[in-house]
Amino acid sequence: MEKRNAKAGSLESSDLLVVIDEKKPGEELEIVMHSIVEKQYGDRIVEIAYEIAALKGMDNVRILIQDRGALDYAIRARIETAIERFKKEV
Amino acid sequence: MSKIRKSLRKAIIASGLKSGMTVSFHHHLRNGDFVMNMVMDEIADLGISNIRIAASSFFPIHGKLVRHIKTGTITAIDCNYMSGPLAEAVTNGMLKKPVMLRTHGGRPRAIMDGSLKIDVAFIASPSSDKMGNLNGVRGPSSCGSLGYAMPDAQMAGKVIAITDNLTAYPNGPISIDETKVDHVVVVDSIGDTSGIVSGTTQVTRDPVGHVIARHAADVIEASGLLKDGISFQTGAGGASLATAYHLREKMVSGGIKGSFGMGGITAFFVGMLEDGLFEKLIDVQCFDLDAVRSIRKNPNHIEVSASQYANPSAKSCAVESLDVVVLGATEIDTDFNVNVLTDSSGNIMGGSGGHSDTAQGAKLTIIVANLLRARLPIVVDRVTTKVTPGETVDVLVTERGMAVNPSRMDLMKSLKEKGLPVVDIVELKEMAEKMAGKPRKVSFTDRVIGFVEYRNGEIIDKVYQPAKE
Amino acid sequence: MGTNLLFIPGNNPSMIQNAGILGADTVIFDLEDAVAGDQKDAARMLIKNALESMEYEGCETSVRINAMDTPHWESDIRTVAKAGIDGLVIPKAERGEDIKAISEILDSIPEAEGIYLIPLVESALGVENVYEIAASSKRIRGIFFGAEDYTADIGAVRTKGGEEIFWARGRIVNGAVAAGVEAIDTPFTDVEDIEGLRKDTFFAKALGFDGKASISPRHCGFIREIFYPQDEEIRYAIRVMDTVKEAEKSGKGVASMDGKMIDKPIVLRAMKVLRAAGIKEDFRYE
Repeated sequence: MEKRNAKAGSLESSDLLVVIDEKKPGEELEIVMHSIVEKQYGDRIVEIAYEIAALKGMDNVRILIQDRGALDYAIRARIETAIERFKKEV
Repeated sequence: MSKIRKSLRKAIIASGLKSGMTVSFHHHLRNGDFVMNMVMDEIADLGISNIRIAASSFFPIHGKLVRHIKTGTITAIDCNYMSGPLAEAVTNGMLKKPVMLRTHGGRPRAIMDGSLKIDVAFIASPSSDKMGNLNGVRGPSSCGSLGYAMPDAQMAGKVIAITDNLTAYPNGPISIDETKVDHVVVVDSIGDTSGIVSGTTQVTRDPVGHVIARHAADVIEASGLLKDGISFQTGAGGASLATAYHLREKMVSGGIKGSFGMGGITAFFVGMLEDGLFEKLIDVQCFDLDAVRSIRKNPNHIEVSASQYANPSAKSCAVESLDVVVLGATEIDTDFNVNVLTDSSGNIMGGSGGHSDTAQGAKLTIIVANLLRARLPIVVDRVTTKVTPGETVDVLVTERGMAVNPSRMDLMKSLKEKGLPVVDIVELKEMAEKMAGKPRKVSFTDRVIGFVEYRNGEIIDKVYQPAKE
Repeated sequence: MGTNLLFIPGNNPSMIQNAGILGADTVIFDLEDAVAGDQKDAARMLIKNALESMEYEGCETSVRINAMDTPHWESDIRTVAKAGIDGLVIPKAERGEDIKAISEILDSIPEAEGIYLIPLVESALGVENVYEIAASSKRIRGIFFGAEDYTADIGAVRTKGGEEIFWARGRIVNGAVAAGVEAIDTPFTDVEDIEGLRKDTFFAKALGFDGKASISPRHCGFIREIFYPQDEEIRYAIRVMDTVKEAEKSGKGVASMDGKMIDKPIVLRAMKVLRAAGIKEDFRYE
């Protein structure tokens, strides 16, 4: 069976690219974050990702975030969109 | 008789360069320079080591020098600006001695008063004759003004001119004359023109940059300095150059004629000179082909040495006659101190250049900046590195409001009367943090990797190596 | 709504977060033409989150939803209506009943009480039905004319001079005024041609439009300047309103000023002038 995956956003300045990959059954939620402002906001980005993943009941996936200095609202929007798209994949 | 040496190697040997000495370079060939790398390769090949390299600036193309640091050929660096792999290597502590970071005006001061003693100066010359009469306006690698090379030519122990364009004797015009030059070397090419000067430096298309620039031009108008005889300097791009655009509009509609424009000269300023909006241009460096063309032809476009431009110990210097300067920043703190050397993560990615010189000299110093630079607030509690002291900075203009240094109540009153969006600088910081979230503090080690020398010779800050996370 | 409305691409965070400082009276976050077909969901979510967390102090906010012949329009409305927008721009508006349907959806959402509608008329049928569209709902604030799609629809050649849209422009203004709402002119599409923009904007103002849309922040300042009334126009308008309010207070049937009767068209014109000058005027003409 093909593994599900979905993405949202872009690598433009002030945006972020979110890619969600399905993991093997039983494997934990994993968040991987790269950001041009990692030192200053990296923690915050990961915190938001965990928050939304929990809210949407996301488990068993790897969420990869490549951030180009996006503000919180855009981080939330892109992660939510990626999750919605992931869920639509059958 | 001729000073032409058969090879670069022979010239270096003839100059008597030994291990432990200081060599110097100018940066007029910017990111298209071949000479610095060429010379250092040859020096390394000759087995000479422990060299202090004093270049006015380093660019990404000089990343090749990192290898010479690793081998011990280069053990000290002295400059006014650095970016690219070399800057990264210094940030990561590769150099044992802290880098000495000066200003465009402080470097000639140090050279003239002997605190920066240069043993051999290498001058990349777009054209030279056999006796070493040099200029920057003729030849395939024309770069325009040779201002930064002049103090070196005057004071160095030995001077070697390196050219890819040998002319008949005497060369004309003459920027640096033969009385200062010991050896001449002819090479295939001193640089890559596309990296030396861009076609033209365009006024930005970014609408936010224009919002900032329009407000900055309003500040200049409200200050009362916008009248016949005005002189100003701006940066070469972004909101800074865009301010020149909006100021020009005001000058045209007000029938105002300026006395001089200064810089870092770009096509835009050349256009203002040619349209009669300036009487003269004072040029320490050409940024594009239009500037090179203009300095070559127009007697009102004047080449000046770095010393005349900004040396505070000279009898006088040009920045002292400047009305307005519009500058950028990587950070500015609530005391208006400005950082243009490191980014908020502590990486060296620039340097004063002429920043602190013009800020001190000009009657009105305006810093233009986006409130957020890729999420990072431009206003901080304390700058990571202090390059330009707050007492020389008058106004910060962002797209969401402007802050006036409390020491300028006269200016604050004028701006408020004109209905300009003046807010407290602390308010701007809070606005930025509200939008972006409060940034986590970056940590540093105790290791000093650079000294920041103010234009008068005083060390005003140190650069610390960022901690590995 | 004001005199200048700026389109902001709906899937572009950089522009969205700076939209409020670009000098527009109203920003139109565009979910339609500026967003690729497979990114409609991303843009919708981005705008919703932006509206919920950013403050747009200097301007009003609106969203151009997707047209009603797409699968997106209802999600667009339901998503952004709760996020705190001031208005909705409805593209390809052709019938009053469509606008009514949207109005009713908004009526069912408590947070959407104050949201106004701006039908965008950009087809032959739409221009034909202007009055009907403009009068179809109390939520309608103005009619917006879209010349690019309109000229494609009628098979005319779009020019800077605008002769081909002269009739349509007139009909839009007429229908809007008859229904008691504003008229917004089509954007000038050459970003660099400021002279052309000024000519086009002067003409729109002369025809009776209340404002003009733009696709470039560069145009906002010029549009606002041109629509800004002259000092005498403002003074006259204030006098008219003072006279009318005075007459109402003292129970007089009809107000008169300078020997002339102040009737409804004069009052409406005065209110329009004050609106363009940014002066708040709450008077309701009975």
